Amino acid sequence: MDFLRPASWEEALAAKAEHPTAVPIAGGTDVMVEINFDHRRPEYLLDLNRVADLTEWEVGEDTVRLGASVPYTKIMENLRAELPGLALASHTVASPQIRNRGGVGGNLGTASPAGDAHPALLAAGAEVEVESVRGTRLIPIDAFYTGVKRNALAADELIKSVHIKKADGPQQYSKVGTRNAMVIAVCAFGLALHPETRTVRTGIGSAAPTPVRAKAAEEFLNAALEEGGFWDNGKIITPSVAKQFAELCSGACNPIDDVRGTASYRRHAVGVMARRTLTWTWESYRGARRHTEGAA
Amino acid sequence: MRVNFTVNGRPQEADDVWEGESLLYVLRERLGLPGSKNACEQGECGSCTVRLDGVPVCSCLVAAGQVEGRDVVTVEGLADYAKARSCGTSCGTSLDEAKGWQARGTDSQTGEGTELAPIQQAFIDAGAVQCGFCTPGLLVAADEMLEHNPNPTDADIREALSGNLCRCTGYEKIMDAVRLAAARQGEAV
Amino acid sequence: MASPSGTPTKITQGSQTKGGIGESTLRPDGTLKVTGEFAYSSDMWHEDMLWGQILRSPVAHAEILSIDTAEALATPGVYAVLTYDDLPTEVKNYGLEIQDTPVLAHGKVRHHGEPVALVAADHPETARRAAAKIRVDYRELPVITDEASATAPDAILVHEGRDDHHIGHVPHPNIVHRQPIVRGDVEAARARADVIVEGEYTFGMQDQAFLGPESGLAVPEEDGGVHLYIATQWLHSDLRQMAPVLGLPEDKVRMTLAGVGGAFGGREDLSMQIHACLLALRTGKPVKIVYNRFESFFGHVHRHPAKLYYEHGATKDGKLTHMKCRIVLDGGAYASASPAVVGNASSLSVGPYVVDDVDIEAIALYTNNPPCGAMRGFGAVQACFAYEAQMDKLAKRLGMDPVEFRRLNAMEQGTLMPTGQPVDSPAPVAELLRRVKAMPMPPERQWESSEGADVRQLPGGLSNTTHGEGVVRGVGYAVGIKNVGFSEGFDDYSTAKVRMEVVGGEPVATVHTAMAEVGQGGVTVHAQIARTELGVAQVTIHPADTQVGSAGSTSASRQTYVTGGAVKNACELVRERVLEIGRRKFGTYHPAWATAELLLEGGKVVTDGGEVLADLVDVLEGEAVEVEEEWRHRPTEPFDLRTGQGNGHVQYSFAAHRAVVEVDTELGLVKVIELACAQDVGKALNPLSVVGQIQGGTTQGLGVAVMEEIIVDPKTAKVRNPSFTDYLIPTILDTPTIPVDVLELADDHAPYGLRGIGEAPTLSSTPAVLAAIRNATGLELNRTPVRPEHLTGTA
Repeated sequence: MDFLRPASWEEALAAKAEHPTAVPIAGGTDVMVEINFDHRRPEYLLDLNRVADLTEWEVGEDTVRLGASVPYTKIMENLRAELPGLALASHTVASPQIRNRGGVGGNLGTASPAGDAHPALLAAGAEVEVESVRGTRLIPIDAFYTGVKRNALAADELIKSVHIKKADGPQQYSKVGTRNAMVIAVCAFGLALHPETRTVRTGIGSAAPTPVRAKAAEEFLNAALEEGGFWDNGKIITPSVAKQFAELCSGACNPIDDVRGTASYRRHAVGVMARRTLTWTWESYRGARRHTEGAA
Repeated sequence: MRVNFTVNGRPQEADDVWEGESLLYVLRERLGLPGSKNACEQGECGSCTVRLDGVPVCSCLVAAGQVEGRDVVTVEGLADYAKARSCGTSCGTSLDEAKGWQARGTDSQTGEGTELAPIQQAFIDAGAVQCGFCTPGLLVAADEMLEHNPNPTDADIREALSGNLCRCTGYEKIMDAVRLAAARQGEAV
Repeated sequence: MASPSGTPTKITQGSQTKGGIGESTLRPDGTLKVTGEFAYSSDMWHEDMLWGQILRSPVAHAEILSIDTAEALATPGVYAVLTYDDLPTEVKNYGLEIQDTPVLAHGKVRHHGEPVALVAADHPETARRAAAKIRVDYRELPVITDEASATAPDAILVHEGRDDHHIGHVPHPNIVHRQPIVRGDVEAARARADVIVEGEYTFGMQDQAFLGPESGLAVPEEDGGVHLYIATQWLHSDLRQMAPVLGLPEDKVRMTLAGVGGAFGGREDLSMQIHACLLALRTGKPVKIVYNRFESFFGHVHRHPAKLYYEHGATKDGKLTHMKCRIVLDGGAYASASPAVVGNASSLSVGPYVVDDVDIEAIALYTNNPPCGAMRGFGAVQACFAYEAQMDKLAKRLGMDPVEFRRLNAMEQGTLMPTGQPVDSPAPVAELLRRVKAMPMPPERQWESSEGADVRQLPGGLSNTTHGEGVVRGVGYAVGIKNVGFSEGFDDYSTAKVRMEVVGGEPVATVHTAMAEVGQGGVTVHAQIARTELGVAQVTIHPADTQVGSAGSTSASRQTYVTGGAVKNACELVRERVLEIGRRKFGTYHPAWATAELLLEGGKVVTDGGEVLADLVDVLEGEAVEVEEEWRHRPTEPFDLRTGQGNGHVQYSFAAHRAVVEVDTELGLVKVIELACAQDVGKALNPLSVVGQIQGGTTQGLGVAVMEEIIVDPKTAKVRNPSFTDYLIPTILDTPTIPVDVLELADDHAPYGLRGIGEAPTLSSTPAVLAAIRNATGLELNRTPVRPEHLTGTA
């Protein structure tokens, strides 16, 4: 095993180009477990800790450019207003110690369906900025996950940052685990309301081979909200709409039975979380709306 | 490979490090600092918690090569670290000097009279130590929490320590210890 | 060879700590533990030491056709590769009671993770890579995983040619041991019952999950022997099993207790002890072995999973009429402590209740599942889960309050156990229930505060699954009975060596035992006993080793009773000798030396009237008194193999719990809000430690109620979750407040009237939590742990 220690992003790209099998390591919260338990013996470890750009973020007009190694703790502390869904998701990640080291880049690189960030990224809308010595490209989050623990990266590419749409409405995130802290998702659900475009987006974790959106549920809800004039009248969403949305979210799952839970439970729980997060976000939207109207 | 870094204020050099070794392994097996514990080596138990450039992390998940040039505080240096923090510069010793921790041999005494960090003393006084294997990690995590949040609620304490498993105590005495340390810290100010 | 670093040394306590028994003195090893200086077995280190690695079977049941170690042995940095063929003597098996466990597999593996070969190398990674190069040819066999497959007419025998002392009375060679208990006339009593309830219960496989992994350092000695620094529960039991396999007399195998990171039964059997010694003897170098967490799940026995079939009857005024039960414990591939677990499960299957007519059967199976043995609660835990569920069912059927129903049937001093043995010390079962019920209830709907929902107080916690939706509170009660000490005629003794002398102008007592301090605080209590009995402030605790006689096991809630009793006894003998010296030196100066009852107090010899006769410093000037003596509790008898009758136990321990839970009934997530406990401890030698034991035991019971289970694939008998990622133990956010009400009713047969306390709280905690969840959900819930899918109909 060789340990590569690039001092800059350019050096990191050059190293990855020279050694495409090199395994990037930043927070180490996935890679080191595999090494400690003898599940993986990469030829090269590519340490990204010395690449300062990766731990920086920039809040732009419409998006947040989040460096791949920004620790979850920083997201919780600094980006709650701009990225509320991801901040909530970050808070569910493992433990304080892990949140101090791990970042979204690791979740994306590993591309495990159980990664906590994925549902929040899917719901908010995001693009993954990846780069190699050949150049840079932005991969839409919907095209990023290509299979179980597989992603759209080429062998010589590294994840530089994620461009995440700033929240234009309420966002929520829920995750089920069989413990009240420090637990890998049995399944997870992210929901974002986008009042500017009058759309909703969802993200489901750990209930299909890859993180997925519940597109049929989104389309149904978009239509139902439009039809009922909900975005304008701010009425309470009817239980039947919420129920149908929840069922369609369950239906978007393609889960398995494993030691963490049954497929049947995962489908069920995604439905419950979909209904609850819809209630929470919609209540928040109505509250904000009332507040705005009152101010006006 | 060779790794140079600072542990408890003291420069350290580890040689012939296998690239897959963790910071935890280097501390325990190469630097004679076995205080950080090897309970799960998968980031689930917090027993190996150290501060890396001030931030609590699981040292089992930090590759040894990643600590090159960085600053680590372990349970062995916690008393001096806490002392330096409480003194600031007013004690006439700079933080860096105070962090110059020296290895003490294990002697035949209980260490009664040893100067401890407030959180260490509180763990003893409250009965928060049974087998003690989780204790070093908990102390580092709890000390860091009290540094940032001197008046934690019970829920704050539980959240801050949710990454540290204990199998002996049922956590009640650990809660008592952290409350005690916070209260004593409050009185001292 | 030079001593390794981490060698335990004497610990002296006293310059600041005074207390005798009954006081909450602090741990003598506390400062070492909070500074990181206390050396656990995995912290041991030696110049030029090698690392041992074990190659384990990837399958559960297979013939071994061949093993090729050539490539592994040729790896640079590798010093030795050992297989069965390298074992030095004819003794190749070990075991606590039945020597059925191969040191290294021979011809066959019987469970997933069984040790097959050993490697010693200069770095753990070198050892791992070399182990991966050992080629083993397996021919897989069908797996035996439950009672049906174990006792089928054509079942493969897990162990062929059994010649142990249980084979004569078991109905099938795949049954390790069977213990029936019959008393009274069940059919006649059954006819008197107004209601009869039946239940079939499942108890999952729990892991001790101690945090300090199995580890140790074996150092070869110049005399051809070996010195092992080890984390264990019983040094002398290890020694007795190790020496014959190593081909060494016991005096050439020196054992020193290194720091132990928890045990809970999981260190009662051998793990890496023999392996490290074999490698050290072969290479002539110190060898350290440290399991990682994955290996730890294969490296020790677990709590027996069980199926329990119960029938109870009661009259309409709420009196139990009879009980029939059948308890099937899965012992896995090797016997370990299975026979004793069977004895406990059967003899404690009625619980702390008066039932005169019983028909009981408990068995342990041999299967290809992971071996099971000792864990805190030892057979009584599984039974308590089932009989307490039955009590709630009966109360419900009778329309009675579950606590009232229990109190109506509670045993008391004088009640006969199903074994016919009278309970001859206080049995305050009704009182414990009364107390736990009387504790104030925690406030409801805490999440509805003015600041909005704090998810940390809700089911799901930080995962943000509910802000109160679907959350229902439930309350449940349970009480249990656990035996203390080794039972069924076992010669359960401890040895203590106590020395008294003047050091630095002060009288000092040194206590030397082989007791394994695993965190329970035995060393704290030993110092307290010495202070109380010998009137000194300074007490030195000698490291535990095999240079003193056996202290028995740190298990069965027995150490404070038995080794504590041995220390007390040795102190009393030392005191007599000190007084003899005093009489010889100073007897002529005061008549009270001859006539009064004399005590040692505050460093002086005093009369029972308080008159000071001499300073201990003067009495002991130029003298040292040392006594090493064995001490036994009252003998017990084996249970009759057909009727189960016999005075099998020496003492019982009782605890009751009230659980308050909040369940998210839609998602099936549980938050335990409070787990109140009332326990009779006889006499609290150290009240702080007593409460710590109760809270710790309570939390392990909570764990197996809602999350902890080793999941074994029924098709392959392979463990599916050997990690802390998927074997979940409670975090501090899963653990509630645990108020404890300690009752002290002396057992006159025991030292200071004390009662062993460590296990009882682990019994009743689990069924109390289950009862509370049933109360919240209305579901029947006949298994533990209960997972979200069981609460949502999605299993």
